[in-house]
Amino acid sequence: MTEAQGFHGTPAFGVDASGSPVAVGPDLIVPAEVIEAAEGTPDGPAGGESQSTGGLGVQIARAFWEHKLAVVSLVVIILMILFCWVGPLFYHTEQVNQNLVLVNPTNAPPGHTGFPLGTTGTGFDELGRMMYGGKVSLTVGLLSALVATVIGVVYGAVAGFFGRWLDALMMRFVDIVLSIPILFLLIALVTIFRSSEALLILVIAGVSWLVPARLVRGETLSLRTREYVQAVRGMGGRGGRIIGRHIIPNAVGTIVVFATFQVATSILILAALGFLGFGVPAPATDWGNMLSNAVSAAGNGWWWEFYPVGICIVLVVIAFNFIGDALRDALEVRTQRR
Amino acid sequence: MTGYLVRRILQAFVVILGVVLIVFLLSRLIPGGEARAVLGERASPTAIARFNRVQGFDSPIWVQFWHYVIGLPQLKLGYSYKFTQPVWVIISTRLPKTLALVGTSTVLALAIAVPLGVIQVIRRHKPVDYALTGLSFILFAMPAFFFGTLLIIIFAFDLKVLPVSPPSGASPFAIWTDPKAFIMPVVTLAAISIAVFSRYMRSSLLDAMAEDYIRTARAKGASSGRVLFGHALRNALIPIVTLLGLSLPLIVSGAVITEDVFNYPGMGLLVVVAAENTDIPLVLGTTLVITVATVVGSLLADIVYVAVDPRIRYGGSF
Repeated sequence: MTEAQGFHGTPAFGVDASGSPVAVGPDLIVPAEVIEAAEGTPDGPAGGESQSTGGLGVQIARAFWEHKLAVVSLVVIILMILFCWVGPLFYHTEQVNQNLVLVNPTNAPPGHTGFPLGTTGTGFDELGRMMYGGKVSLTVGLLSALVATVIGVVYGAVAGFFGRWLDALMMRFVDIVLSIPILFLLIALVTIFRSSEALLILVIAGVSWLVPARLVRGETLSLRTREYVQAVRGMGGRGGRIIGRHIIPNAVGTIVVFATFQVATSILILAALGFLGFGVPAPATDWGNMLSNAVSAAGNGWWWEFYPVGICIVLVVIAFNFIGDALRDALEVRTQRR
Repeated sequence: MTGYLVRRILQAFVVILGVVLIVFLLSRLIPGGEARAVLGERASPTAIARFNRVQGFDSPIWVQFWHYVIGLPQLKLGYSYKFTQPVWVIISTRLPKTLALVGTSTVLALAIAVPLGVIQVIRRHKPVDYALTGLSFILFAMPAFFFGTLLIIIFAFDLKVLPVSPPSGASPFAIWTDPKAFIMPVVTLAAISIAVFSRYMRSSLLDAMAEDYIRTARAKGASSGRVLFGHALRNALIPIVTLLGLSLPLIVSGAVITEDVFNYPGMGLLVVVAAENTDIPLVLGTTLVITVATVVGSLLADIVYVAVDPRIRYGGSF
């Protein structure tokens, strides 16, 4: 049975990923960033092994390129990153001090001189605030997914490799933490420790590493019986070396696919925390937090406080999910079914 | 089967004990201790020492844990200093409301998702299949607060057919006796489950259709309807029961947001209010109780699983 992953059970969207063999067109030109996306993984094998994956990398990139939606998604994410990081360089706005004249957004609706998307009920320029909040959403999403993946991979590989009582103990701990509804745990954590961007990255990673731990443990259980692992053992290779050099690089497909889905999940988790008021402390904000007064804003007819940000979240999350799906197909990974 | 059930119940018990330990340790991680949280930042050291002595916080941590554990069967979950009431007294009125909300929307999600999955399999690789796939992707990516607010804008503000939020004083049963006020919260919470369950249903049914027994049934001349509903669907439903058990923690998390959007006074809204007031005993008590409820819910799903599928035998470490 596939594990219910992350916040909403991510793998549901790739379960039927097998059935369709991907026809690889011979005359496809593969853009560099696609290859990078398929190869340049945060936990990928060390540089020394890249020459052996060169041909494979191109194949993977081609398979990825077959998924038009995923390629579009990649473009969406690149555009979104440009919007959030490069945008503010050209579009200067005040995002720390409130402009009290603008606290009533009807004073400057979209199209008003100097405010293309209007202003928020807190007296900020909406378009500028979307860039400002997007930076936090994307940073926390990407970094917490990275941290969660690293922790989960190491934990799962150690548990799976050493097996026996250590495995039983480590996995029982995973079961226990996974049974706590994630938002309750997160709210408890951010209440006990004062919320900040770094803390949010850590606590979101802290509740998200459990699923990759299970996935990688499953992979490890099958990988450790392979001949090449036995061979390394026979030659006297130690556990740490086998895990680091042989098991994790071979589980990299599962890991990359998980990490991609986790970015989407992390962004949603941060948005939920921000919406509830437990996100980054003011004057910083994130996309979820920007929606927190959406009901009253919408009731007042201030649609620009609601739709643009909401659509940003949905777009980015869908994009990461599509890319995860395409990577799964490209890497021919089947989710661990147990 | 009895052996399986006993082991499964024991396992749930171990999980609950582990959660108790985690919650207890979290309560001891508060910077400055509970005394600082209750008495304020400027409390004098003597006041803090006195508080710790009276509350038993100066005894060794395992003694404190022991007192905490033996207090649990008597529902001693601590004291909410902000609401000046025992934590359990506050929770006991909130828990039934969340159970009613989560239960109703999960049943609704299943009732919608299973037929959706079946339709997608019957019409696979046709426009209907793609449209429903696209819809589930969008529902899945949409944060519950965005979806819920969207419903409020459309049905409460624009069409004015539904109230913005259900009455806060209503009994937990009002969700069934006066459904109109609860339609939006229930649908909001069900949306993501519908997306996830229908995707699983689709793939699980497609897997089942590829099995040998389907070919056998076809060879024996069973009609395609009988093959689909009599053979494939019954087998494809089995993994959904497990998925249900596994999804419960996620659905309960979703309830926090749904309750916040619609001001529905359940456990989710309680934990938010408690956290806003840094009422840590209440936050942790809520977390513990909702987790126990979730574990029991998953256990029930697993018991149903065994009842549905007599082939299941408990084996291995999972």
